[in-house]
Parts: sequence; structure tokens; C-alpha cells
Amino acid sequence: MDPDIARVLVESAVKIALFFFILLTVVAYMTLVERRVSAWIQDRQGPNRVGPLGLLQPLADGIKFLFKEEVTPPHVYRPVYLLAPMLIFVPALVTFSVIPIGPALELFGQRVRLQIADVDNGVLVILAFASMGVYGIALAGWSSSNKYSLMGALRSSAQLISYELAMGLSIVGVLMAAGSLRLNDIVQHQIEHGWNLIWQLPGFLIFLTAAFAETNRLPFDLPEAETELVAGYHTEYSGMRFSMFYMAEYANMVTASALAVTLYCGGYHVPGLHLLRLPEPAAALVQVLAFGLKVGFFLFLYVWVRWTLPRFRYDQLMNLGWKVLLPVAVLHILWVSFLVLMNWT
Amino acid sequence: MEGPYIAPDPPRFVVDRLNGRFPGSVLDVAEFRGEITVVVAKDALLDVTLFLRDDPETAFDMLTVVTGTHYLDRDYDYEVLYHLYSLPKNHRLRLKVRLREGDTVSSVTPVWPGANWPEREARASSGPSMRPVPAEGEDYLHGETMVVNMGPSHPSTHGVLRLVLTLDGEVVKAVQPHVGYLHRGMEKIAEGMTYNQFVPYTDRLDYLAPLSNNVGFILAVEKLLGITVPARAQVIRVMGCEIARISAHLLWLGTGALDLGAATVFFHTFRERETLYNIIEALTGTRMTTSYTRVGGLARDLPPGWTEQVRAFLGTFPAALDELDALLTRNTIWMKRTQGIGRISARDAIALGLTGPNLRGTGVAYDVRRTEPYSGYETYEFDVPVGATGDAYDRYLVRLEEMRQSVKILDQALRRLPDGPISVDDPKITLPKKERVLTSMEELIEQFMIVTEGIKGPVGEVYHAIEAPKGELGFYIKSEGDKSPYRLQIRSPSFINLQAIETMAVGGLLSDLIAVVASLDPVMGEVDR
Repeated sequence: MDPDIARVLVESAVKIALFFFILLTVVAYMTLVERRVSAWIQDRQGPNRVGPLGLLQPLADGIKFLFKEEVTPPHVYRPVYLLAPMLIFVPALVTFSVIPIGPALELFGQRVRLQIADVDNGVLVILAFASMGVYGIALAGWSSSNKYSLMGALRSSAQLISYELAMGLSIVGVLMAAGSLRLNDIVQHQIEHGWNLIWQLPGFLIFLTAAFAETNRLPFDLPEAETELVAGYHTEYSGMRFSMFYMAEYANMVTASALAVTLYCGGYHVPGLHLLRLPEPAAALVQVLAFGLKVGFFLFLYVWVRWTLPRFRYDQLMNLGWKVLLPVAVLHILWVSFLVLMNWT
Repeated sequence: MEGPYIAPDPPRFVVDRLNGRFPGSVLDVAEFRGEITVVVAKDALLDVTLFLRDDPETAFDMLTVVTGTHYLDRDYDYEVLYHLYSLPKNHRLRLKVRLREGDTVSSVTPVWPGANWPEREARASSGPSMRPVPAEGEDYLHGETMVVNMGPSHPSTHGVLRLVLTLDGEVVKAVQPHVGYLHRGMEKIAEGMTYNQFVPYTDRLDYLAPLSNNVGFILAVEKLLGITVPARAQVIRVMGCEIARISAHLLWLGTGALDLGAATVFFHTFRERETLYNIIEALTGTRMTTSYTRVGGLARDLPPGWTEQVRAFLGTFPAALDELDALLTRNTIWMKRTQGIGRISARDAIALGLTGPNLRGTGVAYDVRRTEPYSGYETYEFDVPVGATGDAYDRYLVRLEEMRQSVKILDQALRRLPDGPISVDDPKITLPKKERVLTSMEELIEQFMIVTEGIKGPVGEVYHAIEAPKGELGFYIKSEGDKSPYRLQIRSPSFINLQAIETMAVGGLLSDLIAVVASLDPVMGEVDR
């Protein structure tokens, strides 16, 4: 075999394994974070019995889900019913592969990017895979043959389509400024010209709102709206399949947070780091940690908002998407065009 | 509604007006404990009720409840009782028709739409036959609709309420409520018990405010017996009622917010309720099934340190309430979810018999604590908050303010709490002291008589209402002079209030229905009895 191909294969395999491990760990621990933070907000303790500070709780939960009986109701359409949790879980994981979590650095005599795939059209890949998620929800709701599930599926289809538009348009500004769809270029552009957050605040807010809707989190958790639709599209699921929906939700949250950081908050960029003149591996480590901290902030924001706000009504959510976010996003594009034209960014 | 309190006078003039207008229709008139009962011919019922409602002098705009009573030894088999109340005149009247087996009587739903459920209940529980007036057929179902069964085990139906919804997409086209999943036959059970034995059953009515139910029932019995309890017992009862009100409203706030997705409010209200439950536990020995009142007084006096416990709660609670207020009241999403949702006009609300915060949300300042004060409520200073538009948001604001007013009342009660006995000094009503029983013949006999024979009421019938957290909680007691009631009817506010669900929810979205049910605040223990 050509040594170059072998090298790429090995490098990719190691990176995929590493990213997969990190992502799943973060997802598992997000369930703990969510419960501990919500407990903190709600003036109670939260799970603190399994391991020190309850740190082994996700492990216990995982074991529980694995050993739980999976009840498949007789009235479901089995092939689709079984496929749906995978359809939602896999895209949630794949999206993360194009996000750079740190700068390229010299390792074992090789130039290694801290990113699984440095594709030229990274933003498009993310949008494409994010859209795939809705199939999982729609099919789960439909194949369950349950009215509440079906309504949840219908709600989520409408919701995701409306908010994807706003999200796509809000990203256009970033693309225009950077002149590239490649996420590394976007980060590089921010390192050179300052974070997009500063010049594109409206776009950032639209992106953030749409990201909440895309991940079905409160105040936009209508597809599962527990108090209305019992559990929405996953009412009929149990055991590991049920937990796959939840893992997908958290994986989507991590990806959306990472994307918000990459597009608007300079990615792994730490302002003023180069003044310290650290050796390259140390600088890279600091930047990876900074990236993690920024993502952590957004994840906290998700949890914080969820336990503070009530839920929107279905039509109010659509109104917000189509009548507020979309026009503002279009105006935002005009504003960024102006900036680009004046060469201000 | 400040100013002098009007003790409701029995409207004796109504009888003359009826005699003048419908000669021969009034078959019998009775007056007992300031209540007037008029027996009318069954064929004249619809005309009489219509007249009583529309005549400006009588103005009985609200039907409180309908009772059906079955007799075995009379020349009629059934009595159907209509308890009427006039909001503008603040007087009550009981209308009766007597039926033989097989007779039917016209339904009064054309006069008061709120007669619908009470009549059906009377028919189902006791047997008299009300001829239903055929509903006007309304075909509002177009296109493809889906029937969704919501409850009796849905997360947002607050117990075992079942709603069969006809949905067009997300729009609610029709609501068919089904109640009765929690029916325990309490009213029938009461017919075989002494009055004191029934107190624990009242705990299980509105199980979020058992202290208040205890007081409501026992006041009706005391009205029947014609006794008044000592001042200390009255103040303690008022405190019990207001603690129950705060606790019930907190639960409503928590679950209502949870229904609309604001989960954190729920935990904060439960933190406050925990303190209240500790207070209730210290007072009664239990947290929920309090059974605290007895005919002629209370089960036991205040435990040491209890007033300090309450005072400490009153010190911290307003701040906690302000916090919840800040979380929701000006929250855009909360306002969008509740303003203009589940609207009902004052007129419709009265016609349906709505009471409590649900009626006050429409702007009608009807509060039994004000209109027919009991346990000394006329001497407390408090406001009766009212809404303006009658939507879910107004009901929310009204209940929030009521909690603040309850704090005010509790504060006044603590200040004035007098020393003295907690029960009337009557050996036929109150158990003697145990040490006396063991040493004295007379007390031994008295205890033996009360325990074995119970407390005998005089022949007569009374209706007494209190302002429970959910609205007007009334007890109708028909006594034949025995130790137990011949017939007991519970006018539970939740049951009557729930009738409004159709008016409020049809035409809205499914999400609005959730807000409507939450804002109506039904408790199924009280709806089904």
C-alpha cells in the first residue's frame, strides 16, 4: 500500500475514534450537567449519590438503559420504527466531524489538523446532515401509529423547516465575510479580522434562536411537549432506543454549540495568545481548551434557558420563525453586504 | 368592596311575588335558620325560574347547585332542589319540586346553562328525571378531523379528567369531558355516618385544601344545630382556611406553569408548600388528611410554637412569591400563552355558575367571605382582587394576589388570636375531658352518648357555603332529626367550574386547552366526590 494512503487512514481512524469518544462522553455528561444545573436552579440537590458528586451517574444510566426491556407495541410499523432512532442519532454524530477544535500542529513529524475532515464545503455538510435529523423524528412519529406521536412529528417537521431557513440565512453573512464555506477559513478570517460576533450580532442571535429550535429545546420543545403530547414523537419508545433520541438531542446541542463558537466566537481562537510565545503544542492545547470552554458556555446556556422559560405555542413559534427571524435575517445579509463592500470586515 | 357588610336577609318577599305572579303554583314555604325553601308545582318550574332570574327584584342570576333527594315514605318519591343565588341582591332561595316515580320535570338549562352537569349528577345519583331540552344542532365539523382521547392518565389533566377532543390539525373543534373516574359515593356514605365521622371524607374532596373543606362541612352542621363556636376556634379556623388557600394556589401555580413548560416554578412553589405542610403537620398530625374540625370546635388546640412557625413563614413567603411573580408575570412567552386564552365573559361565567378565582377573573367581585361572612371574616381587612377580561392571565393574576391577601389575613389572625376554649361548652356536642370521664359518672355518660349515638340534628335543611380556594364550596344538609343527614349534597366548585371548559377551549389550539385546564384549576377529588 502506498505509505501516504496508509498514513491518512491511520490518522483518520485515530481521530475518528478520539472524536467519537469525546463526543459521546460529553453527551453522557451533559445529561448529568443538565440534571445538576436544573437542580441548582430549582433549589434542590439533583443526582449526587453515584460516585463522587454523582459523577458516575451517566454510567449507571447507560447500564440501566442497556438492560431495560425494549417494549415494541404491536401496532407500530416495525421497519421504520426500528430505523428512526438510528436515523436521528447518526447525523447528530456525523455533523461534528467537520468542526475544527484546534489549530493544525506538528505531531510525530506530521502536520495534523484537529478535525476529522477538512472539507471545502463544511458549512453545507453541516446543514445537510442537520436536515437529516428531521427524518428520524418524522418517521418515529409516523411509524408509532399513535396520535400524540404523529402530532409531535408534524410539529417538528414544520418547525425544523421554518427554522432551518432562518439559520441558513443567518450563516450567509458569515460566509460572505469569510468568502469561504470551509470552517477553517472562517476561523482564520476571525483570527485576522476579529470575531464575527462583533460585526454580526443580529446574525448571531438569529443563529442562536434557530439552533434552539433545531435541537428541540425549550422554549421550542414542541415536538415532545410533555404536558401536551405526553412525550411527542418518542412516546412509544423505551429502553436503549428511547435513550438514542435523548443522546441525539444532546449530541445536536454539542454540535450546535460548537458551530456557534466556530462561526461567531472565533472557534479555537484565543485573543492575545501569540504574545505569550508558547511552544506550539502548548499553544494548541490552550486553544483546544478555550474551544471547549466556549462550547461549554453555550451548553450551559441551553440548560439555563430550558429551566427558566415557558414553552411557546405552535403557531407563535411559526410566527416568530417566518415573520421575525426570516425578515431580520434578510436585512442582516444586506448589512453584511454593506460591510463587505466597504471592506470593513 | 369596602364598607358595611350586609348580612344576607332571607328574601321573604319573593314568596309574595311568586304568589302574585303564579297563583297556585307555590305549594309550600318553609323557613329554617334564615333560609327560605319554596316548593313549586313541577309544571310551573320553567316559568318560575325564568321569572326569578329576570325579575329585577329577585334577580337570581346564578344556580348554585341542584340536589336530588329520594324518599321512601312520602306521597312523593323525589325532591329536586335548586339552590339559587343572586349576585346583585346577595340573597339565596331554595326551590323545590316534588316528583312521583315516572314523573319528569323540565331541565332548567335554558335559564341557567350551568344547570347542565348538576342536573345530570342529580339524575345519576338520586333518580329524578329531568327532561333534557334538545340541544341546538350545530355542525361545526368540516374537513378531516381527528378524535384524540386525552386522559384519564394524561400528564396535564390534573388527575383523572378525561377529555375527548375533536381536532382539526391543532385546532380544538369540540371537547367532550368525561368525569367520574374518582367517584367514591361520598354523599351516600354520609347518610350512614354521624356528622363527626364524615369529617375525614371532606379531606378527600379538594385534597389540596383539606383544612378548608373541614371548616366548610362543619360550619354547615353547626348552622343546622344553630351553634356558634368560641372566638379562638373561629380564628384558628380562619387561619386554617387561609393556609389551605395559599397551599392550594401554590400548587395551581406550580402545575400550571409546568403545563406551559416552565418547570422551575413548580419546584419553587413546592419548596414553599413544604413549609406549609410542616405547619399543617404540626397542627393536625398529618400533612394531607387533616380532619381538624369537630362539630362545635376543633380536634385539638394549637401546639406550642405553632404561631412562631406561621409567623416565620409569613416573613419569608412574600419574597418567595415576588420571585415567582418576577419569573412569570412580565415574561413575554408567559403572556403570549395566557393573555386572551380561555376567555369567558362575566355574563357567561355567572350563567354557568362559575365561582372563585375563575369568576373573579371576569371582574365579578363575588367572594363568600365578603357576601356571607362566616367565622368572623367580616372583621378582617382584605381585598378581593378581580380581573378585567376573564382570560387565563387574569385568573393567574387574581390567584397570585389572593395569596398576598391570605398572608394579610393570616397576619391579622395571628395578632388577634384570643385565649379561651376551642369548643362549645355543650355536653351534647363536645366530648368531655378524659380525666373527668374516668372519674365522674356524668361525664362518662355524656361521652358514651356522643360516641354511641352521635350528635342529633333538628329536623330541617340548611345550605352553607364557604369561599374555598377553588370557589364556593357549599354543603346542603337535609336532616330528619337523626344522628346522620338524610341527604348530604356537596356543591363542589371544581365540578361546576369545569363546565366552562367547552366555552373556553373550543376554537383554540391544543396548547391553549392545556392552558385553559390549568387556569380552571380543577381538582378531581372534588369534581367526582
